[in-house]
Amino acid sequence: MLEIKNLHARIGEKEILKGINLTVPDGEIHAIMGPNGAGKSTLSYVLSGRDGYEVTEGEVIYDGQDILALAPEDRAAAGLFLAFQYPVELPGVGNANFMRTAVNAVRRKRGEAELDAVAFLKLARAAVKNLSMKEDFLKRNVNVGFSGGEKKRNEMLQMALLQPGLAILDETDSGLDIDALKIVAEGVNALRSEKFSALVITHYQRLLDYIVPDMVHVLSGGRIVRSGPASLALELEAHGYAGLEAA
Amino acid sequence: MTALPSKKLEAWRYTDLAPLSEISFGAVPVAVAPVLPESDLPRLVFLNGVFSEVLSSRLDFAGAFDAVADASAQPLARINAEQARDGVTLTIPDGIDAGTVLLISHASGDAPFAFHLRHRVALGQGASLTIVDIAKGDGVYWHNPVTDITLAAGAKLNHYRLQDESREAFSLATIRAHIEAGAAYEHFTATIGARLSRTEIHASLAGEQATAHLNAAQMLTGEQHGDFTTVIAHKAPNCPSRQTVKSVLSGLSRGVFQGRIEVDRIAQKTDGYQMSQALLLSPHAEMDIKPELRIYADDVKCSHGATIGALDEDQVFYLRSRGIPEAEARSILVRAFLDDALAPVQQEEAKALFEAAIENWWVSQ
Repeated sequence: MLEIKNLHARIGEKEILKGINLTVPDGEIHAIMGPNGAGKSTLSYVLSGRDGYEVTEGEVIYDGQDILALAPEDRAAAGLFLAFQYPVELPGVGNANFMRTAVNAVRRKRGEAELDAVAFLKLARAAVKNLSMKEDFLKRNVNVGFSGGEKKRNEMLQMALLQPGLAILDETDSGLDIDALKIVAEGVNALRSEKFSALVITHYQRLLDYIVPDMVHVLSGGRIVRSGPASLALELEAHGYAGLEAA
Repeated sequence: MTALPSKKLEAWRYTDLAPLSEISFGAVPVAVAPVLPESDLPRLVFLNGVFSEVLSSRLDFAGAFDAVADASAQPLARINAEQARDGVTLTIPDGIDAGTVLLISHASGDAPFAFHLRHRVALGQGASLTIVDIAKGDGVYWHNPVTDITLAAGAKLNHYRLQDESREAFSLATIRAHIEAGAAYEHFTATIGARLSRTEIHASLAGEQATAHLNAAQMLTGEQHGDFTTVIAHKAPNCPSRQTVKSVLSGLSRGVFQGRIEVDRIAQKTDGYQMSQALLLSPHAEMDIKPELRIYADDVKCSHGATIGALDEDQVFYLRSRGIPEAEARSILVRAFLDDALAPVQQEEAKALFEAAIENWWVSQ
């Protein structure tokens, strides 16, 4: 379970998050929607531990542990996964090696035995097949020369291999690329279980046609201003965010 | 002895040999047996600049040192000609693939000393050879080797160097390669050791379709100074040359790359390219890059590029967000940065040797 309590964060002197309260129980998928500049991307980066964001108040508890004190790699080991809106290219780093290093780093931290190259490849090939990816994906350099859709698939492949308990999907601006949205939705839906929860951050309702959330929260001016069932997303699509910003 | 080159010379602008001239070098001490790399490959071993029969393999194509005077314009090669006492001559007959040979220099002593190895490598038509040249040591010494290479038509030489000398040493290597039609000289130097070092390569493309690849990876720390200087002379038409130089600099270290491409009037359709990229891991590290193109033909393709930057923090974060610890993330990115320079090294043992040296450098940071 993820609990965000009174979370305040700033970049430099500018306060972006002004007291966020949010609970995502295990097995649920919650969506965060909101207008541009509401703090959606900031929230995803604060949760995953990126430098440059200062938390001034509040806490984020995941599985009983305050994750704000953890380095990004330790958050990953604790079960968090951030799907990047714009996955980073790593020239000179092979995809298979990268993922094996990541999986083994996480396994080490969890006190599990590392996978050798053969065992890992078997696992990776199965995951590649599940996501309808070509096998040469594993041989290429991480995200280098990938199309937008391929980058998304690669994120979902990493997610499938790392088996997180909580995925944070930053899809703030990518609402218009239907193919990319479908890929992300397939990746998330494939992991749905009582042990898996997700926070889907998006500007557009369209992603939620493919991932039906248990709850929708509206982020505006650094606070959650409304929460409701999946139908809230449709209401926002019809009426926009204008009426909510004053709330 | 011929005087050391001074900073007033354009070719020595960025590398000051004053610290070398301040040291008085005494007699070469008796060598102690070093730990040599585990390998089944044939090896030629020099201890403190003297050939070791005991530690070396017997090779049909390896001949003894033969002294020569050198009227070269390069001061260090002249000093070598005056001082050289040992070295090896490798002569590969036409059409023979002589495989891989390790050429090892190990130096150690309590007081400063100098040695000037003189190697010759001559490949006949269509012959091929891979040399893995490893230089290591302890203490203060000056290693000033010259390697003269001639490649007959269609010959192929892979020349891989690991300069992992003592951190107190001076290493000034001169390599001169004469490359005839269709022959290929593939060079890679990893510069890791020495207080002050320079690799100076003069490659002459003397026949059509002769090729030269001169790559380097410089990994420096502390107050180390590393210089990779190349002159590629295109003296025939239709010759490609490539240079990829990658420098990773931490502490107060300083890297230099001077790359000159000379294109003769007759060398039409020359295709010359050089790229120098530096990764500065510290705000106090410095990289000096001087590309020079001297083109006297009118139908050529010559270009150069240079970048200097820090590790990309977005990349570091991406790796960390996947569970990879920060130090390991940085190590992966540094290794990836070096990849283009290292890529041509395909011989398995050589590759493993360089991978281990890079890993070791990073861990000792």
